[in-house]
Amino acid sequence: MFEFLENPKFRGGIHAEEHKAETCDKPIAMNLPLPKKLYIPVQQHVGKPAEPIVKVGEHVLKGQLLAYSQGTISAPVHAPSSGVILDVQDFPSPHPSALPIRTIVIETDGQEKWFKYAIPEKPFELSPEEICLRVGGAGVVGLGGAVFPSAVKLNLGRKNQIHTLLINAGECEPYLTCDDLLMQERAGEIVSGIRLMLRGMNAPKAIVGIEDNKARAFSEMTEASNNFPEISVVQVPTRYPMGWDRQMLRYLTGKEIPADGRATDVGVIIHNVATAYAVYQAVCLSKPLISRVVTVSGGAVPKPQNVEVLIGTLMSEVLAFCGVENEKLARLIMGGPMMGEVLPHADVPVVKASSGILALSHEDIFEPEVKPCIRCSSCVTACPVGLLPLEMASRIKANKLDAAVDLGLKDCISCGSCSYVCPSNIPLVHYFKFASGELFSRQQREHKAEQTKRLAENRTHRMERIKAEAEEDARRVMEARAARQAAEAQAKAQEEKA
Amino acid sequence: MNAKPISSPHISSARRVDEIMRKVIFALLPALGFGIIIFGWSALFLTFVTVSSALVFEAICLKLKGSAIESYLLDGSAIVTGLLVAMTLPPYAPWWIGVVGSGLAIILGKHVYGGLGQNLFNPAMLARVALLISFPIEMTTWVNVSPFFTGLDILEGFKITFSGAEISDAITGATTLGFVKTGFSQAQLLPDLLSDYSGFLAFIGWERGSLGETSTLLILLSGIWLMRQGVIQWFIPVSLLATVAVLSTLFNLIDSTHYLSAWVHLNSGALMLVAFFIATDYVTSPNTPLGQLIFGTGCGVFIFVIRSWGGYPEGTGFAVLLMNSVTPLIDHYIRPRIYGRTRDGKPIEGG
Repeated sequence: MFEFLENPKFRGGIHAEEHKAETCDKPIAMNLPLPKKLYIPVQQHVGKPAEPIVKVGEHVLKGQLLAYSQGTISAPVHAPSSGVILDVQDFPSPHPSALPIRTIVIETDGQEKWFKYAIPEKPFELSPEEICLRVGGAGVVGLGGAVFPSAVKLNLGRKNQIHTLLINAGECEPYLTCDDLLMQERAGEIVSGIRLMLRGMNAPKAIVGIEDNKARAFSEMTEASNNFPEISVVQVPTRYPMGWDRQMLRYLTGKEIPADGRATDVGVIIHNVATAYAVYQAVCLSKPLISRVVTVSGGAVPKPQNVEVLIGTLMSEVLAFCGVENEKLARLIMGGPMMGEVLPHADVPVVKASSGILALSHEDIFEPEVKPCIRCSSCVTACPVGLLPLEMASRIKANKLDAAVDLGLKDCISCGSCSYVCPSNIPLVHYFKFASGELFSRQQREHKAEQTKRLAENRTHRMERIKAEAEEDARRVMEARAARQAAEAQAKAQEEKA
Repeated sequence: MNAKPISSPHISSARRVDEIMRKVIFALLPALGFGIIIFGWSALFLTFVTVSSALVFEAICLKLKGSAIESYLLDGSAIVTGLLVAMTLPPYAPWWIGVVGSGLAIILGKHVYGGLGQNLFNPAMLARVALLISFPIEMTTWVNVSPFFTGLDILEGFKITFSGAEISDAITGATTLGFVKTGFSQAQLLPDLLSDYSGFLAFIGWERGSLGETSTLLILLSGIWLMRQGVIQWFIPVSLLATVAVLSTLFNLIDSTHYLSAWVHLNSGALMLVAFFIATDYVTSPNTPLGQLIFGTGCGVFIFVIRSWGGYPEGTGFAVLLMNSVTPLIDHYIRPRIYGRTRDGKPIEGG
C-alpha cells in the first residue's frame, strides 16, 4: 500500500567521493618484484581451513598444491611461485588484530618454474561437473570479498535450476578499481569465464551489472560479449552500495531475496567479475588462483595503481613498490574505505580476499568529534536494508540488545552508509558490530552454561546411581552374610542333633 | 600508525550538524529580514534580544550540565531556536517577552529533556504557546505595516521594545484570522468580513502578523531551497499544506459564509513557517517517510480544526505540540520495510 514511498529499484544508498580517478586510467602493474618469501595462510576462504600436504624443506613448483581442501565447504591453496617450504607456522593474518593463523612459508628460488597441469583442448565442451571440479581444484573463491568457494556455488546453481547468472561488477566501494581495470584489460577472458560458469551451472543467461562510472570497462565488456547473446552487459547507476549483491539483484531483476533465503530462491546465482576471470584461468589455462589484482591507493600512496600481486606477498612490499612512506601513513585498510578492515601493520600477506590495500593519510580520515543525535534520519534514508540505525544505536547505548534485535540488527550488512552520512559523526556501524559481538558471546555463554548444567546434572545422576549401586551391593553382601550365617547355624544345629 | 580498534567506514560525508544549522539560519533570514523591514526598529531590537538571550540561556544550561560550551554553542542550534522564537512574536512585543520566550524554549523546551536531540516538543512552539497563554495581551497586539523611515524612528522603536511605551491604537489592528474569528462571534458573515483583504499582499507578506511569519512567498522560496539542499524532505511540508488546503476547500465549498478559502488559510498566520521550519524539526518529528506523512497530515487537520472551530484564531502552535506528543508512538508503529521482509517483519515468500 505504501510502496510508492519506496524507490522501486534502489533502496537507500549514498554518493561518496569516488577517488577512483587516481588509479582507473593506469594499466595493471605486472612488475612487482618477486618477494624473497611468500606467506600463504591455509585459511583464505569461508569454511574449513585447507590441510597442508607439503613438508618443510620440500621443493615446490609454481602452482603446485600446498594444502588440500577439507570437507564440502573449503578451498585448496597453491604455491604462488617455485621455491622451498621454509616452515608451516602461525603467522599474523590480515585481520584487525593480526590474529596469527597457520601459514605456509615459501622461500622463492626466482625460477618461477610452473607445475605441469594438463590443459584441456576444448574447455567449452567439458561437462558441467568437470568444470566445477576444476574450479574447486584451482582454489577459486569469491573475489569480491566474501571468499566463498566458487565451486560450491556453481554446484548449488546446477542443482537449483537457476535461470540467471548475475555478474557483480558494481565495484561501488570508493578508491577500488581492481575490477574496473580487469574488465578494461581482460574483458575477453572474463567473458570466457562467464560462459564457463553458465555451462557449469546449466544456466541459460548471464547479466553483467557495471556501475556507470566505468565507461571503458562497459564498452570493453560489451564488445567482448557481442557474439554471445546469452550474456548481456548492463549499466547500473553509481550509488553505494550498488555492489551489495542483493541490491544489484533487485535493481536488475526487480526481485528480492527473502530475508531467510539466498539468491537461488529467486533462481539467481551471483558471482563477482574477478571470480569469472579466475574461473577462466582455472579451466582454460589450468592455472590455480595464485595471484590477484590489488588496488593500492589512498592519500599516503605517492604512486597509486593496480598491481598484480602473488598471494602471500607481504603488504609492506606492495606498499614499498608504490612508494609509501611510513610517516604519512595514518591508517592501513584491507578492502575499501566503507567496509574494509583496519590492519595494525603491513607485515601481513596479501590473500585471496585482498581487493585493495588503502594507505590513508591523516587528511583522508577526518574525524570530527561525536555530537548528540539530532534525529535528522539521514541514516534512515541512507540505509539500503530499511533499518532505523538511530533507534538501534540508542537501544544498544542503553544496553538493550534484544530491543535492537527486534529493530532488525541481524539484517544489518555493515555497509557503513549510516555512519557515512551521520552529521553528528556517530559511529553507528561500530555500535552494531559491538552489539553483534555481544550477542554472539552471550550465545556462547548461554551455550556454555547449558553444557555445564547438563554435565552437573549428569554427574548428580551418576553419583546417585553409584550410591544406589553401592547400597545395593552392601545390602547384597549383608544378605549373603546373613544367609551364610543362617546356613552355618542350621548346619551346626543339625550337627549337634546328629 | 593507529592500532586502536576502529570500525569501518573510514571516510565520512562532509555535512555536519553545524552546517545544517547554518543552512537553516540562512534560509530563515529572508523572511526575518522582510519582517524587520516592514515593521521597523522594534522588530530589529526584539530579534536581537531574543537571539542573544537564547545564546545566554544555552551557555548557562551547558555550563550547569558540565558540557563543553564552545562546540555546542557554536553548532547554531540555539541561534535557530532564538530566531524561530523571535519570528513568531508580535513585532512590537516588549523585550521581556523575547527573553522569557527564549528561556522557555531553551530551558523548558530543550535542556530539561537532556539537551540537543532529546526534547519531545518543538522548543519554539512550546515557548509560543506558553507565552500566548500567559501573556495574551502582549502576544496579540498586532501592528500595522510601517517600514523603516515611514513609521517610528529609532528612539520611539527603542522605547516600544525596552521601556514599555504605550502602543497607540491607531497603529494596531487584528490579523486576518483574528478579525474573521471576532466577526463570526458578532454574527457577521464571510465575503463581507474580507472586504479589505488582499490575497496578493498576504502572499508577499504586506500585512499584520508575527515578526517573521507574514511572507508566504519568501518562506516558500526558502523552504524549497532547503529541500533542494537536502536539509529537509518534502513529506511533512507537502502533507501539512495539502491537508489544510483540501480541508479548507472542502468546507468552503459546503459553506462559503463560515469557512475561509484555502488561499486565505495558506497565506495566514504561522502556517508556512510551521510547515517548512517548525514541523520539519528533526528532533520532534517522526523519522520515516510514512511517519512524516502521518505527522504532517495530523498537523494540518489540527490546524484546520482549531482555526475553524477552536477558541483561538490560530492553531499552528497547539497542532504542532499535539503531534509532537504522538511522534514517539508513530515511530514505534511506523517502520521502514526491511529488505527481504514484509512490513510486519516476516521474510517474504521466495520466487
